[in-house]
Amino acid sequence: MIAKVGVLLWKDILSELRTKELIFSMLVFSLMVAVIFNFSFPPGSEFIKDASPGILWMTFIFAGLLGMNRSFVYEVDTGCLQGLMLAPMDRSVIYISKLLVNFIFIGTVELIVTPLFAIFFDFSIIDSLGPFLLMLFLSTLGFSVIGTLFSAIAVNTKTREVMLPILHFPVVIPIIICAVQATSAIFQGREWSEIWNWLKILIAFDIIFLILAILMFEYVIEE
Amino acid sequence: MTETQSTAIAVTGLTKSFGNLYALRNLSFSLNKGEFLTIFGPNGAGKTTLIRILSTLTKASSGEIRIADFSFENDSEKIRRQIGVIAHQTFLYENLTAEENLRFYGRLYDVENLPKKIETLLSEVGLELRKKDFVRTFSRGMQQRLAIARAMLHEPSILLLDEPYTGLDQHASEMLTNWLKRLRSAEQTILMVTHDLEQGMELADRIAVLVKGKLVLNQAQQEIDPKKFRQTYYDLVEKDKR
Repeated sequence: MIAKVGVLLWKDILSELRTKELIFSMLVFSLMVAVIFNFSFPPGSEFIKDASPGILWMTFIFAGLLGMNRSFVYEVDTGCLQGLMLAPMDRSVIYISKLLVNFIFIGTVELIVTPLFAIFFDFSIIDSLGPFLLMLFLSTLGFSVIGTLFSAIAVNTKTREVMLPILHFPVVIPIIICAVQATSAIFQGREWSEIWNWLKILIAFDIIFLILAILMFEYVIEE
Repeated sequence: MTETQSTAIAVTGLTKSFGNLYALRNLSFSLNKGEFLTIFGPNGAGKTTLIRILSTLTKASSGEIRIADFSFENDSEKIRRQIGVIAHQTFLYENLTAEENLRFYGRLYDVENLPKKIETLLSEVGLELRKKDFVRTFSRGMQQRLAIARAMLHEPSILLLDEPYTGLDQHASEMLTNWLKRLRSAEQTILMVTHDLEQGMELADRIAVLVKGKLVLNQAQQEIDPKKFRQTYYDLVEKDKR
């Protein structure tokens, strides 16, 4: 199973390295948001410091949706999804590989964009890099777990570009709240125990939805 | 050889419905190993639904199907290893080269001695000189030839063909026909659905006609007069419309 996931991962990453469609569009979007918000508020204002975790996460979420919306589009439009479904393997392999691809692409964008946000919004994560990366990992994983499943549902609808955010946002709200609160606690240098409380919720959420998504995926892609 | 050993596909009472709409109604037929069955039918007859069910892409509403003596309920992964599917969609990735596409599918099927097999198949479909080129630069005919190589990569015992001639030019059609003739001589079990009467008749050992989800004809090719078949086919299709 791991070998098959690796084969699918290789195919998606190689295609993306050749086209650069997803990461480029997510990066451009994130940078534009950073620049717009930077010029929307007076430099050094207290409000921007309080709002920066929320702005950071809304940027990641909208950029992530841009990428995840495309995860099954090519496969469905060209019939390649049928080619994958014909392979002698459990169909959850397709889901896990797509989840990892989304996680890697969104994570890459986050790692590039976060330092730029730190410059624009004047915050530092160097002192709490470990907790910040752990929080980023857990939030992005949860966000991708749900987004990948819903993108497989949305891709078969007529209004697929609109459908993913409509399906995704209501379910992902707990992750957004935890991510924003944990980020805020990290930026304000609060105690690890307070950060850990949010991370525990993220871990539980990730595990529950990962199991549900793996179990449901075969039914989602079958007619 | 016992009956079970010689039967490649056995379908009994197969029905598929989408709500109140019946795509297939109580379909029963069998196909022996090494036989070539062509199923003709007009648009909307249920041909593609049948191929999708036989290839495990869609679940049947009721009925029993056995492929290579494997049951659909318990052995779907084993069945997928036994079948190769060629459709009008090629299942190829345009941003990968011909060789990379075959390597990708070969790894999904755990094909042994993959590099050599890829070389052989690319040579057989006449694409060995284009193996490093991206599939997006291929013509429709070249893509379909590569799709044949993709479908044959894991040496399936049964080939399912869904309108494989769609969009092919004369040259590519001839190449596909010659390839299918070779496979038939090698006693490959083949089930093809098409609405192209000439090509389907030329290749088949047995002919069936599917109209509105019902099998209205299923005969050996020798028992059918090729000159009268067109009229027979039209009569069967029109009869069901009335």
